[in-house]
Amino acid sequence: MRHARAALELLAPAFLVIAVGLFGTTVSSSTETYVITTLVNVAIVVALYVFIGNSGVVSFGHMSFVAVGAWTAGILSMPTGEKPAIMPNLAGFLRDTTVGNVPSLALAAAVGAVYALVVGLPLMRLSGLAAGIATFGVLEITHNVLRYWEKIGPGLNTFSAVPETTGLLQAAVGALIAIVVAFMYQRSRYGRMLRATREDPAAARAVGVSVYGQRLVAFTLSGGLAGLAGGLYVHLLPLNTEGLYLNLTFITLAMLVIGGLTSLWGAVVGAVVVSAVDSFLAEAENGVQLPGGTLDLPAGTRIVVVGALMALVLILRPSGLTGGRELPLPRATLRGLLTKFSA
Amino acid sequence: MSIATFLGADWQTLADAFGLGGIYALMAVGIGLVFGVLRLVNFAYGQLVMAGAYALAFAYERGWPVWVGVLLCFGVVIALSLAMDLVVFRPLRSQSPAVMLVATFAVAFLLQSIALLWFGPLGKIAASLSSLNQPWSIGGVDIRKISIVATLVAAGCLVALVALLGRTSVGLHMRAAALDFRTARLLGVRANRVIGSAVLLSGLLAATVAVMMTVQTPLVTPDFALRDTILVLAGVVLGGMNRLISATLGGFAIGFASGFLGGALPTDQSQYLPSFLFAAVILVLLIRPGGLFTRAGAQAVERV
Repeated sequence: MRHARAALELLAPAFLVIAVGLFGTTVSSSTETYVITTLVNVAIVVALYVFIGNSGVVSFGHMSFVAVGAWTAGILSMPTGEKPAIMPNLAGFLRDTTVGNVPSLALAAAVGAVYALVVGLPLMRLSGLAAGIATFGVLEITHNVLRYWEKIGPGLNTFSAVPETTGLLQAAVGALIAIVVAFMYQRSRYGRMLRATREDPAAARAVGVSVYGQRLVAFTLSGGLAGLAGGLYVHLLPLNTEGLYLNLTFITLAMLVIGGLTSLWGAVVGAVVVSAVDSFLAEAENGVQLPGGTLDLPAGTRIVVVGALMALVLILRPSGLTGGRELPLPRATLRGLLTKFSA
Repeated sequence: MSIATFLGADWQTLADAFGLGGIYALMAVGIGLVFGVLRLVNFAYGQLVMAGAYALAFAYERGWPVWVGVLLCFGVVIALSLAMDLVVFRPLRSQSPAVMLVATFAVAFLLQSIALLWFGPLGKIAASLSSLNQPWSIGGVDIRKISIVATLVAAGCLVALVALLGRTSVGLHMRAAALDFRTARLLGVRANRVIGSAVLLSGLLAATVAVMMTVQTPLVTPDFALRDTILVLAGVVLGGMNRLISATLGGFAIGFASGFLGGALPTDQSQYLPSFLFAAVILVLLIRPGGLFTRAGAQAVERV
């Protein structure tokens, strides 16, 4: 029964992702892009969850790892012939190397993890407010450097000519990998130790858990997942530095908060629900046909709605839509389901 | 290049940097006041300044006299900051600082996109006080009037604030609340009044900043003062959040540094300025977590 319950914890978010992916096969190609974006968002938010959810420390800096992953995958998978036009000042090694789709994603995850480890080594000593400000500083520095340092990327240019391999399948597989990794981590002793430090740092320390060490493990892992998500993202659409900055930081944090900070299910639900609302509003900003007539919202409505939603959730239901629980089934229903399955 | 022109350019940069430092110092006081009483870092402070700037632009477009615009600016900013306290901060007061930080982040984005919806992305002009942008020639150096005015106003506001905090009972209550809120309440300090007055004061400062900033950048866009707020927040942490004076000095220092280095360095170096400023902030957080301008041993942040 304990294992069945654990399996349900993994299956619920996985099924949600698969359902979203299947839904994507039934819609028009313009809507399909929104569905793929939703799946990439799931990967980003799950990456955020691995650190923020399990440690209880807010990080504003994760978009740096997404950006570094996007840069890695984008530069390495762009055809050599296209590189001089978009990135004229690229360093020699990067200019001459081109790798395939899957290796570029693996490298994106690796570079994201290494960068998170390097950043985390000093920063994981900080908690609360200081951690928030310091990770924000990391975001600013990464953004600033990627924007102007043309030896390691396109600078102010956009990543065009990167093979657009992130379709429904790749996005769904990426999101599933993120979910499985997050699930395995939170079931492992490391995940449990980190959650213990979240609930009561003093008690956790008293039984020999290193708060610093556990946070560093989660930060590195979550940086790797964020890097992977960045790789998926750059293979989906032409990105530039502005696309991986404050707005995306805000939207993905909002997804996590709205879904519920402290559970994997919450992270996935938040990402799917907010992405759905956001896609609908994005479409409505260009004018959308509804049964009652044309809905045409002015530009900027998206962030107003998402911001208002986030503020409302924070004030009225601080633990998020899912209540921060793994699966919001009432205990009786769950037990009924489980006995039926095991019978 | 002769030494005289080199020095001349330098003096001008210095004066501009002083002006920017003064404005940032005012913002730092506003942020520091609210932090002292509520333990809340207000990401949305820049959007108060933005709202004030839009109020000035609104008045300028209709050709209203300057004083009406300034009055409107103060009215809008104060109303908005009180509303922010009532609707967002008060219900969240019992939450952890990290949750409140995320909440103010949300409010900042909300206000910014409301401005985008309302006024569009192109921006409005608020040039009613643009005569202050004219230079005064002092000893062969052209110094913009606003640099001097900003420095003077900042100094005046700081003196008034120090007097208010040190000499009046409201100030005493505020200092007590900043030191230990619970004990202060036990001793009869009325929480809502103290918080209300801190929010009101920070609103007043935001409106003042709005007036001075529109002189320097008359084009008001939805992301007006966003970058400045981020820098000031960094400066406040750099200086030390726990005391108003150290927070103010931090704000001034970062304003002065970014104004001076931005003016003095060539573009291919000054474009990396934000990286150096934020690296400095992270370094301070790690090495001297109490802030640069505090006594040794002051601990503002928890460590693990």
